[in-house]
Amino acid sequence: MSLRTPLGKVLGRGSAGDGTSHWWVQRVTAIALIPLTLWFVISILGKSLHHYAAMVAWIGQPWVAVFTILLAITLSWHSWLGVQVVIEDYVHGKGGKTVLLLLSTFLHFAAAVAAIFAVLILARS
Amino acid sequence: MNQRPLSPHLGVYKFTYTMTLSILHRITGVASSVGFLVFAWWLMALASGPNSYETAMRYLSSPLGKLLLVGFTFSFVYHFCNGIRHMVWDTGRGLERAQARRSGWFVIVAALVLTALLVWIGCAAIAPPAGGS
Repeated sequence: MSLRTPLGKVLGRGSAGDGTSHWWVQRVTAIALIPLTLWFVISILGKSLHHYAAMVAWIGQPWVAVFTILLAITLSWHSWLGVQVVIEDYVHGKGGKTVLLLLSTFLHFAAAVAAIFAVLILARS
Repeated sequence: MNQRPLSPHLGVYKFTYTMTLSILHRITGVASSVGFLVFAWWLMALASGPNSYETAMRYLSSPLGKLLLVGFTFSFVYHFCNGIRHMVWDTGRGLERAQARRSGWFVIVAALVLTALLVWIGCAAIAPPAGGS
């Protein structure tokens, strides 16, 4: 006899309550990152990075700004999920694990917001 | 402390290079995360004005900065190639031992060649302007 409720069976989520969503979002962001990173790397390699005005003008273009923001969000999200798994697997102390997971979450959100904010400023200048 | 043995017993397995590739995926992933923080810092420097951008570029084009950039480049390229290998596995393909070993070699060669190519092209992108402006 199963102790699981009919609703629990239908939803198919484990004891953590989120089922396969962590795994799935890791793949969705990975697929999105293929074109986004290819575009950014190929574009940036054609620029002279020391040329401040040219860099500002490039990132400030509407579509370049949009895709750079998408890149920052997707990179941060994918990285956040990956670093979380690494911490969960290799840090065994409960306190240390919790502190590192919090730190990783804060850092990823801070870096994503900083990158988005920077691109918005560049788009307005 | 609990002294009972923990699973998996990594020591009982015969070493294969695919193990190294597997752990390298995580190591290069974490290194790329640090690279993402540098990317956000670089964007903030660009948004903060010419002076802060010049300072950021001075750090990035210093010998240590260049070494880090080469490291980030290899980490990212390896993680990119091996990530595609993982996603092919997710579809149920390429899981036979011989296939996994062959794709492993392919990833190593592709990562090294692409890193060399990107570093070579990147040298021109990061070189200070000739006249100095």
